Amino acid sequence: MTDTAKTTTGAPQNDLILDIRDLTVHYVLEDDCVEAVNDISLQLKKGRILGLVGETGAGKTSTALAIQNLIPSPPGVIKSGSIMLNGRDVLKMSEKELEAIRGKDVSMIFQDPMTSLNPVFTVGEQIAESIRLHENCSDREALERAGDMLELVRIPRERAVEYPHQFSGGMKQRVAIAIALACNPHLLLADEPTTALDVTIQAQVLDMMLSLKRQLNTSMIFITHDLGIVAEICDEVAVMYAGRIIERGTLEEVFNHTKHPYTEGLFNSIPDISNRKAELQPIPGLMPDPTKLPKGCAFAPRCPYCRSECIDTPQKERMFSATHGVRCTAYNDPAFRIRREEIDS
Amino acid sequence: MSSPILEVQGLKKYFRTGRGMLHAVDNISFTLEQGKTLGIVGESGCGKSTTGRCVLRLIEPTAGRVLFEGADLLTLSKAELRKRRADMQIIFQDPFSSLDPRNTVMQTIAEGVKIRGHYKTPAQIEARVLELMETVGLAERLINSYPHELDGGRRQRIGIARALAVEPKLIVCDEPVSALDVSIQAQILNLLRELQKKLGLTYIFITHDLAVVNHISDEIMVMYLGQTVEKAPTEELFDHPVHPYTKSLLSAIPIPRVGANKNRILIRGEVSSPIDPPDECRFASRCDHCTDVCTASCPPLREISPGHFVACHNFSA
Repeated sequence: MTDTAKTTTGAPQNDLILDIRDLTVHYVLEDDCVEAVNDISLQLKKGRILGLVGETGAGKTSTALAIQNLIPSPPGVIKSGSIMLNGRDVLKMSEKELEAIRGKDVSMIFQDPMTSLNPVFTVGEQIAESIRLHENCSDREALERAGDMLELVRIPRERAVEYPHQFSGGMKQRVAIAIALACNPHLLLADEPTTALDVTIQAQVLDMMLSLKRQLNTSMIFITHDLGIVAEICDEVAVMYAGRIIERGTLEEVFNHTKHPYTEGLFNSIPDISNRKAELQPIPGLMPDPTKLPKGCAFAPRCPYCRSECIDTPQKERMFSATHGVRCTAYNDPAFRIRREEIDS
Repeated sequence: MSSPILEVQGLKKYFRTGRGMLHAVDNISFTLEQGKTLGIVGESGCGKSTTGRCVLRLIEPTAGRVLFEGADLLTLSKAELRKRRADMQIIFQDPFSSLDPRNTVMQTIAEGVKIRGHYKTPAQIEARVLELMETVGLAERLINSYPHELDGGRRQRIGIARALAVEPKLIVCDEPVSALDVSIQAQILNLLRELQKKLGLTYIFITHDLAVVNHISDEIMVMYLGQTVEKAPTEELFDHPVHPYTKSLLSAIPIPRVGANKNRILIRGEVSSPIDPPDECRFASRCDHCTDVCTASCPPLREISPGHFVACHNFSA
């Protein structure tokens, strides 16, 4: 069913922090089945930042939750696949093993800092919590380290005794980042961490995350719908649509040698202030209902290049380079090019 | 069509708080011609939403005049204001709190449709609701859904359909696309523009996103801590930004091209308190060009070229 055999393993296994193979996550409801994540494969090397791009319902968050084996079950069912984190399959771990890695090996930052912090504990206590759980240390030591973490995210350590409501939105998100980084995780999953912030504060937070990455060599999956942010901080990009990764590659490949019509559609629909005269060309229509995904390409009904074979042929991943994979049936025709590519060349 | 539909003069809104007077909106003036769009840009807490609400008198302003088609909204009685309200709509920022959780999509949109009275029979009303749902990209099967069953994007579309339902002249769009996905965002922006052309709608478009406002506005007003720091026609503002805050705001926007995000002007710190602000430039504490004059008095808004206003002591034309 998949074509992952073609996927080059590339770097030696020990270089990979994360290796997802053929992951399928469905939510089984009374009458329907939401096909949230369909047969995705994804690799991330140590110290790299992967941008996971897609719209609401594309399966980005389900993927991130699956990496921590946090898919709520029921209704969530992991139908198939393996998720190797540091060489161990997360999906085969016991609850006890999972508790040991969550917050330690892998941690997550959520979109909304207003709701992801606990209002009745001081920020210092919240940062100290995961340190106390994972590292064998006293409460005082944990609080001390919590102060260090606050300084790392550029908040004075004296403020550790304050409560979340005493911080601004940008600072709350920095606290959330401090919590996530408290045990120096190998992999950080950031789910739209700057979406709720103002642009100037977003710029500060992104700047900080980049310098933290350099300091701590943390690998990151940065979930976002903002291609501008991807261009700014990511090394690699995976674009999701209707639960599939439809294009992946290095930043340069996906941005400068875009292959998939959906990726092109995304670029055309975002306002670009450096090219203000450009008309916005929205992608017509809506994402298909995830309970009724078509047999062929899920993007076909919205695709300007759609051919008859796209409707009923399941998309196969085609590699354009060792790293650049695209799921688009139209490339069965060797002469096929999308418009963006013609303009660029 | 060049008569101003809306004229706002010296609008102020102060909130009394335990720690003093919070200057949410401090002396804002602008005029807006019919069929045009004014973009109000600024970050959380700069008073842009409060300005929008004061214009519609959803919040009672502290001082100022709001002339809508020549009549001062602030002196109208409740009954008169109610009649005028059909001409003025608002699309809210937060699709979670702006919809009645007990009403279905049908009921929510139909309420506005019935107010205008153009559609009378239940069948006509339903057809109109479906038409509006299609306009904003809501699938027909959702007509009997409740807000809690829908995601943020879909809820926001209900809000837009609801505003369009009364066929208003002026719509205050308060961050209407912030909650939507990019491909949908472009659809809605283009839709709002088409509607404007077709129906001669006038917009006040409130957003924190300068890239978005560029596509819809004729004129842009940049607000910081309740005041206008710069106001200019859209092209002029993007080509010749003058105020240091406008410049850093422009440079903070991530550009979707490899290697394009260089030379960013990172502003330090955070917005200072809007409570009893001292008589000085409100951006002074974060500004790299701050001098003694900046903390000596609050800079007035001056016209530096036709239609281009800026409030900065350090600008000399």
